[in-house]
Amino acid sequence: MTVAATAKTGARPSWAGRRPPAPAWVGTVPFLAYVAIFLLWPTGIVAVDALKNPSGAWAFSNISELGNSQIRDFFIGSFKLCLLSSVTGAVLGAILAYVVASGDPDGLIRRLYLSVSGVLAQFGGVTLAFAFLVTIGPVGLLFHASWYFDFPWGIGLIYTYFQIPLMVLVFLPAIDGLKVQWREASESLGSSSWQYWRYVGGPLLAPAFLGGTLLLFANALSAFATIQAWENQIAYIVPQQISTAMSSEVGLSSVNVASLLALGLVIMVAIVMAAYVLLQRRAARWLR
Amino acid sequence: MRSPYRFAFAGITAAVLLATGCSSSSSSGSSGSGSSVNWANESSVSAGGGLSALVAAAKKEGTLNVIALPPTWANYGTIINTFQSKYGIKVNSTLPDGTSQQEVDAVKQENGSPKAPDVLDVGLAVALANTKLFAPYEVSTWSDIPAAQKEPTGLWYEDYGGYMAIGYEAKFGTITSLSQLLTPKFKGAVALNGNPTSANAALNAVMMVNLAEGGTPSDISKGVAFFHQLKQVGNFNPISATGATTKAGSTPVVFNWDYLNLQSYVGVPGWKVFVPPGVALGGYYAQAINKNAPHPAAARLWEEFLYSQAATGGQNLWLQGGARPVEEQAMTSAGTIDTAAAAKLPPVSGTPVFLSESQSSDAATYLATNWAKAIG
Repeated sequence: MTVAATAKTGARPSWAGRRPPAPAWVGTVPFLAYVAIFLLWPTGIVAVDALKNPSGAWAFSNISELGNSQIRDFFIGSFKLCLLSSVTGAVLGAILAYVVASGDPDGLIRRLYLSVSGVLAQFGGVTLAFAFLVTIGPVGLLFHASWYFDFPWGIGLIYTYFQIPLMVLVFLPAIDGLKVQWREASESLGSSSWQYWRYVGGPLLAPAFLGGTLLLFANALSAFATIQAWENQIAYIVPQQISTAMSSEVGLSSVNVASLLALGLVIMVAIVMAAYVLLQRRAARWLR
Repeated sequence: MRSPYRFAFAGITAAVLLATGCSSSSSSGSSGSGSSVNWANESSVSAGGGLSALVAAAKKEGTLNVIALPPTWANYGTIINTFQSKYGIKVNSTLPDGTSQQEVDAVKQENGSPKAPDVLDVGLAVALANTKLFAPYEVSTWSDIPAAQKEPTGLWYEDYGGYMAIGYEAKFGTITSLSQLLTPKFKGAVALNGNPTSANAALNAVMMVNLAEGGTPSDISKGVAFFHQLKQVGNFNPISATGATTKAGSTPVVFNWDYLNLQSYVGVPGWKVFVPPGVALGGYYAQAINKNAPHPAAARLWEEFLYSQAATGGQNLWLQGGARPVEEQAMTSAGTIDTAAAAKLPPVSGTPVFLSESQSSDAATYLATNWAKAIG
């Protein structure tokens, strides 16, 4: 920090006479290399494969396949499931986060709640589907309603199991950022509780809430193992169809279709994450 | 360290590293070709100089790489152990729960590596699509494999299989016809073990129903219509059946190959099996040898062992695991079959039907457009 400060003020650099330090961007090389190898390179491969035919020649007409009603249905399925689970998860998660935040900041409940959320937000896949299967499955321990298998309701319910804790984790800092003084100020000016939330708390939290919702949306978009274990005899969402296109034993496999579907998902995630970053930037203004 | 010798030292180190690198690669290159016979080019045991020569060459290689062979599936655990103790050859079993497609992917990706799979056990569709990866080989009992169940030059040959069957829990009583599955007793109970556009067993399940409903092998629509009905009455269970879901009781009625639907395999007390009368829809897996197998002699010895009709040979060991060996008929007439194990197989009636390549792909194409509509 001090070095940066002196450099900014134009003072004589403290390294005068010695070997100049490496430029600042050198520090980012490992990160950039990581991003290039594990994000950009695979994305590039997917994009290239998506635009080729099985014999390896360019086939830009593949793109028109995205308009094919069957393929569109998988994207609509993904969208429905992500929307349902992210909105439900965000609303319930936000309420829970508020409850937790209003308790003792160093209390046992809060610490317990945060660690449990940290664990449950990562609880997914086959284990989660199986847990639901033996409790609310067709012959489960509890009751079974036929709508559990109506897409996207049942699987949406299961997704909220990891969506709610994730929302608690990402939304809690925003609630903690609400300063008590703001509330005191609005109350001393005679506002009601409703007015405080309508004009102060709500607008402050809105970007964080929407950002959290988008994060949950992206989180649900890539989830695959859970739905695959819950009901995989039809493909409803894009990742399931990618799996079919990669590994069909009955002759329906096509790496190019799989890549095309994956490219569609990449675009979907990119849109969602761009919106998330914009919202986070807005939210961050108040939380410094 | 700030001396010119430093560079000399570095140079020597580099030279030594280079030299050891060269020598190790040259030694590994020369080691493979010890005997006069190159088994990689032999397409039968007699052409290579007889079984004892094959055994000697395989023992010299010392290792066999197999892939996607679950120990509990078709008795593979015992088969591998018997082979190891009989010939003293170590069997490296990788990816035991892999799929046929993953086996082929491994052959391609690990081509040239000593870890590449030597032999494959794949579904027929995958075998047909990848013959260029296989080496032709005819086992000693070649003539006992029915002509329709092998590639004429020995690129692949079916090994074991079974018939599509419905396994179910004892609480449902006894199933005597397919239409019973539409009764309220079976609410949410009837499961496949995968998506029929993706898994071969699930496609055959729909085809088996199709045949029972009066459909033909080249038109699977009646099977799809039955599953649509099953969904409408609320009896279709969209959970993909696995060993775990069946044991937990979540998939109490399962369509699967009969050797995977045996009580002894499923492990649910009182588990029963039903095959609709007159519908024998067969499915067999196929063996093939990797063209560039790192252990060519051991690979061929493994095939000889699998197709041996001896009491502890591969054919009878598969049978003891509930799978029907491809040489079953010849062995029955020759009296070499394990009759006790054969008697335990679920009874099947009618002329066995095997889907041809085009029938199978027609069915898949139909399912790709209609399955989701019928069940969704």
